[in-house]
Amino acid sequence: MGIDRRKFVKVAGLAALGFAARPPIRAFGQEITGESLEIRESKAGELLSGAVEEIKRAPHPPKNANRWAMVIDLRKCREHQDCTACIDACHKIHNVPSYPKPKDEIKWIWKEHFNHAFPDADHDFIEEEVKHSNALLLCNHCDNPPCVRVCPTQATWKREEDGLVMMDWHRCIGCRYCIAACPYGSRSFNYREPKKFLEEQGIKPQPDFPTRTRGVVEKCTFCEERLARNLWPACVEACPYNALTFGDLDNADDPVRILLHDNFTIRRKPGLGTQPEVYYIV
Amino acid sequence: MIEKALQGGKSYWTLIIILLAVIGVGFLAYLRQFAEGLTVTGLSRDVSWGLYIAQFTFLVGVAASAVMVVLPYYLHNYKLFGKLTVLGEFLAIAACIMCMTFIFVDMGQPFRIPNVFIYATPHSVMFWDTVAIGGYLFLNILISRVVLGSEHKGIAPPKWIKPFIIISIPWAISIHTVTAFLYSGLAARPFWMTAVMAPRFLASAFSSGPALLIILCLILRKYTKFDPGREPIQRLAVIVTYAMAINVFLILMEIFTAAYSGIPEHLDHFRYMFFGMEDAQGVMRTNLVPWMWTSSILAVISLVLLLVPKFRAREGLLALACITVFFSLWIDKGMGMIVTGFTPNPVHTVTPYAPTLIESLITLAVWGMGALIVTLLYKVALTMRKEVEPVRYRD
Repeated sequence: MGIDRRKFVKVAGLAALGFAARPPIRAFGQEITGESLEIRESKAGELLSGAVEEIKRAPHPPKNANRWAMVIDLRKCREHQDCTACIDACHKIHNVPSYPKPKDEIKWIWKEHFNHAFPDADHDFIEEEVKHSNALLLCNHCDNPPCVRVCPTQATWKREEDGLVMMDWHRCIGCRYCIAACPYGSRSFNYREPKKFLEEQGIKPQPDFPTRTRGVVEKCTFCEERLARNLWPACVEACPYNALTFGDLDNADDPVRILLHDNFTIRRKPGLGTQPEVYYIV
Repeated sequence: MIEKALQGGKSYWTLIIILLAVIGVGFLAYLRQFAEGLTVTGLSRDVSWGLYIAQFTFLVGVAASAVMVVLPYYLHNYKLFGKLTVLGEFLAIAACIMCMTFIFVDMGQPFRIPNVFIYATPHSVMFWDTVAIGGYLFLNILISRVVLGSEHKGIAPPKWIKPFIIISIPWAISIHTVTAFLYSGLAARPFWMTAVMAPRFLASAFSSGPALLIILCLILRKYTKFDPGREPIQRLAVIVTYAMAINVFLILMEIFTAAYSGIPEHLDHFRYMFFGMEDAQGVMRTNLVPWMWTSSILAVISLVLLLVPKFRAREGLLALACITVFFSLWIDKGMGMIVTGFTPNPVHTVTPYAPTLIESLITLAVWGMGALIVTLLYKVALTMRKEVEPVRYRD
């Protein structure tokens, strides 16, 4: 669990090199100073002694972030194809109803066949394992979100301090323009009255998260309500295999950045210029 | 002015009562939708706009098309359209109100619509579309009222109305351009993201709108004493001909670009429209196929009837041509345009969409409401015209 052997060797190797071989890391066009590289070196030293502990998630997310982002390790997801821990946790704590008819469906995080999620990465002779696998999809919390651009009431907006794409369910008029504008299919509309359905199903809504009203759009919020309480997003916390890594993209020492640096990652439809902030290790 | 609408014969009142009945049934259907939510429609997570937005898009075109009688009359002093301008403006009023009603019934939270103004958002095309259509409705109400009122009094319309008339011309172009921008600015939907969208919208508007106006004129001539004369109708027919030819040309441009480039995410939409596609379960989905072929065949028939002067000159065939234009574009620009934009969806799967009975009844009711507005307004205009010979306004 957590870290495999190959990974350990790699981390240890990097640590032994003292990260000296790394190119300077840039953040907002500014070179990370030597000081912070030293910090990284010492962290790498810690890694050497207790690599498994270090790569594991900290008990709490950073209190502040300039740019929240997520890295999903699909290799880990592939090892546990039947696992739905993240989906279950998210949908439960956010009172997302599971309607019987697919047309009413609401989903914040879900699985999609790899070739549907990444049509550009698909080909006939793709690695068997990948070909028959699923990818985990959710709102990409784009840096340049088209949903925000089109919303006529600013009921969905980008929070400038940390980049989350937010929703105001009391302002949304239910025009569904954001659904048309989202290139990732990340948004759902409340065709039915969710509260009534949950009652019918005998499901008691979670008291610390609002049920939505009929006729508004909703989506993944990167658990802004949990981040505010210094908790990890529910999906990240629920994953038993540590496949989801969440953190501040603007901090070169954040696990998210380390993963992005050490692995080749892809994003969904990068050519559209939306700058999605969910990265995938395939 | 309005009291003129309350005097009429038996057939007039029969029509009014039928339209009221259609509206009544649709209103009951809407109450059901209001109580249960949009789940009563065929809309889904994947196809989140459907019949309502299709009607909206088509009708913005009908509204904009009034400019095709206003422009020749006021800018080119084309006097033969004198009798038609008010009819065109009244049609625009009805179409604008229908557009707004279709938006209203499509909203998840209709009573929050004021939020569009409270939190006015200039970077949203929808905000500008609201401004454009609202403004256009205002302009047409103002202009038609003032001009008709002056006509009734036998005087030339006041000079101050002229700037409003002039501005209504580019404004008409703008409402349909901005409506096209609603779609063509979305990177998420390759089918819509085409620079040809706005020109195509205008071409289809300037064919379907005047086609409807010709049909209405022919009906009026048959059942009332109103006669626009043969020449204005033939002139309108020429406008319909050019616009329809340009529209079909632009559609063929779209098909060429998608087919020759062969980019799947562009081409697949056209495949779905004309041949159908398999959904995630491997079931062939061909919901739009019969509609799109009907639309295409109607378009070809209309072009044959319109392009041959001998056919176009015969009013029976012209009426048929106008009906084919209208229905061809109603399918193509309505359901064809909207539903195909959503199919396949962003993860490249196919979810079929078909309107439900409730959705259809509500749609029918909004059309009934439009027909009622047109009937009442035309009644007013014709009654007033019978009393006073129209004064041609031109200074």
